[in-house]
Parts: sequence; structure tokens; C-alpha cells
Amino acid sequence: MSEFLRMGGDGAYVWSAYGVTLAVLALNVWWARRRHQSALERAKASARDERVSKRPSVRQIQ
Amino acid sequence: MRLPRWFYLLGSPPFVYGLAGKVAPWLGVVTCVLLAVGGYWGLVVAPPDAVQGEVYRVLFIHPQIAYVSVMAYVVMAFAAAVGYVWRMKLAYAVAATAAPIGASFTACALATGSLWGRPTWGTFWQWTDPRIMSETLLLFLFLGYLALRAAFEDRDKADRVSAILAVVGVVDVPIIHYSVIWWNSLHQGPSIMKLDKPSIAPEMLTPFLIMVVAFTTCFFWLLLNGLRGEIVERERDTRWIRQLVEGTGG
Repeated sequence: MSEFLRMGGDGAYVWSAYGVTLAVLALNVWWARRRHQSALERAKASARDERVSKRPSVRQIQ
Repeated sequence: MRLPRWFYLLGSPPFVYGLAGKVAPWLGVVTCVLLAVGGYWGLVVAPPDAVQGEVYRVLFIHPQIAYVSVMAYVVMAFAAAVGYVWRMKLAYAVAATAAPIGASFTACALATGSLWGRPTWGTFWQWTDPRIMSETLLLFLFLGYLALRAAFEDRDKADRVSAILAVVGVVDVPIIHYSVIWWNSLHQGPSIMKLDKPSIAPEMLTPFLIMVVAFTTCFFWLLLNGLRGEIVERERDTRWIRQLVEGTGG
């Protein structure tokens, strides 16, 4: 097992290359999910705002 | 000439949003399985290289990531061109989604290459290497595209102006491909993408190709995932998005 991790003495290079790659993929997945969620939130907020503005208010009576 | 119905459907944001939501999870599963199989095969099963020893195992990720970075650029430029010519908003959405993914893959290709170069060539970076330089230019093209988009308040204008940059930048694609043939490079010449038989042992070629497919499906998985958010953002004030968000307990 430790022989496998050592990668013939170049373990630091091989494992950081694989690590960087995994991190980039994970960040991409996370970022896409977050963006989708926040876009849905914004759409929800803008739908709510419109509903509120269509309700009759005191200002309109004055 | 009558175009088939699916062609029109691909221009419909609600249809593409739904389709992406159905296809993306499957692509995600396929990607994870292929990455696991290819990774295990490349790191454990494949024998050490006669010349490079163990460090050659970066071969199972670095060329694939670099190839996907170029493919991402071609997808982005093609989508931007389609958007520009046919004023197709969804094509612009695809281009805008592909850009950050492509930029991250390009940076990752440079990073993994650097980590491979140090133990094999004795250097992390070589300013005169044509392949490294043309790939670095690709990174700046992606970043330039993103910066240009961010500079415009008006999304339509950002779409149109950035499309021109994306299309002009395509000249870098053949330069990246032929850089190792045209100029003297630390990189080796083509050993797999050539007309002749690939010059690589079959027990190394199999995991290599599995990883090519894995990173390709990975890109399209990320693209479809990102596209969903991009579509919601662009269609925020339309009726179908209203119904979508109200339906989910708004």
C-alpha cells in the first residue's frame, strides 16, 4: 500500500495532479448547483414582488 | 425546407430546461462510473512505464483534460456563432455556460502538466514551449470572454460582443493541435490521434481511452447542469419560470 502511495518516489506529483483534477470537478458541480439554486431564489423573489405590487394599497386610494 | 420538430424544440427554453434536468443525472452516473473504472485501471492495474516509471500515470488525466478544454472552446465558439447568426438565445446560454467550465479545465490542464513536467522534464514551466503557450493563450481567451461579458450591463449586448471574441479565438485551436509538429516542443508528437496504429501499449491504451470518454461525458454533464441555472436566470420574468417557482412552494 505505501509502495502504491509512493509512486516510485514521485507520489507528490502524481497525487497532487489527481487531487487538483478532482477538486476542479467537484468545484464545477458545486458551482452549477449553487447558481441554479440562487437563480430559482431570485425568480421566486421577483414573482413575489410582482404579486405584492398588484395588491391594492393605501397609496392608490389617496 | 421543413425542419424536424425536435429542431424547433431545441430553441424552446422550457423544453431544454426539462430535458437537461432529465439527462444530466444519467451523465453524472456514467461519468462517475467511468472515472472510477478508468482511475483504478490507470493507477493500479496498468503496469509502470519502461522509461518514466510510475509518474507516467498522469497520462490518464492530463491529455484528456487538455483535450476537453479545447473541445469546450469549440462548443463555446460554435454556440456563440449560432446565437449570433440565428439570434438564438439558448445558443448564447450554452456559450456562456461553457466558458467557466472550459476555463477551469484549461487551468487544470496547465496545472497537471506542470506537475508532470517537473519530475520528467525537470521544470514546472517553459516559456518557449509552443504547446504550453498556446494552451495558456486558450486560458486567456476564456478569461477574456468572461471579462468581456461581465463588462456589459445589457445581456443581449454582452452575448453579441463576446460571440465575436469567441469566434476569432478559434484560430488558437489548430495552433494548439499542430504546435508539437510545427515547432520544437518538450511535448511529444501525436501518439494516439494519428492515422497509423497508436504507439502505446494496449494495457495503457484501454484506461487512456476510458478516461477520454469519462472527461467528455463529464464536460457535458457540467454543461447541462450549468445550463439549467443559466436558463432560469435569463428567463426569470417569463410565465413558465413563474409557474415553475410558484409550483415548488413559492
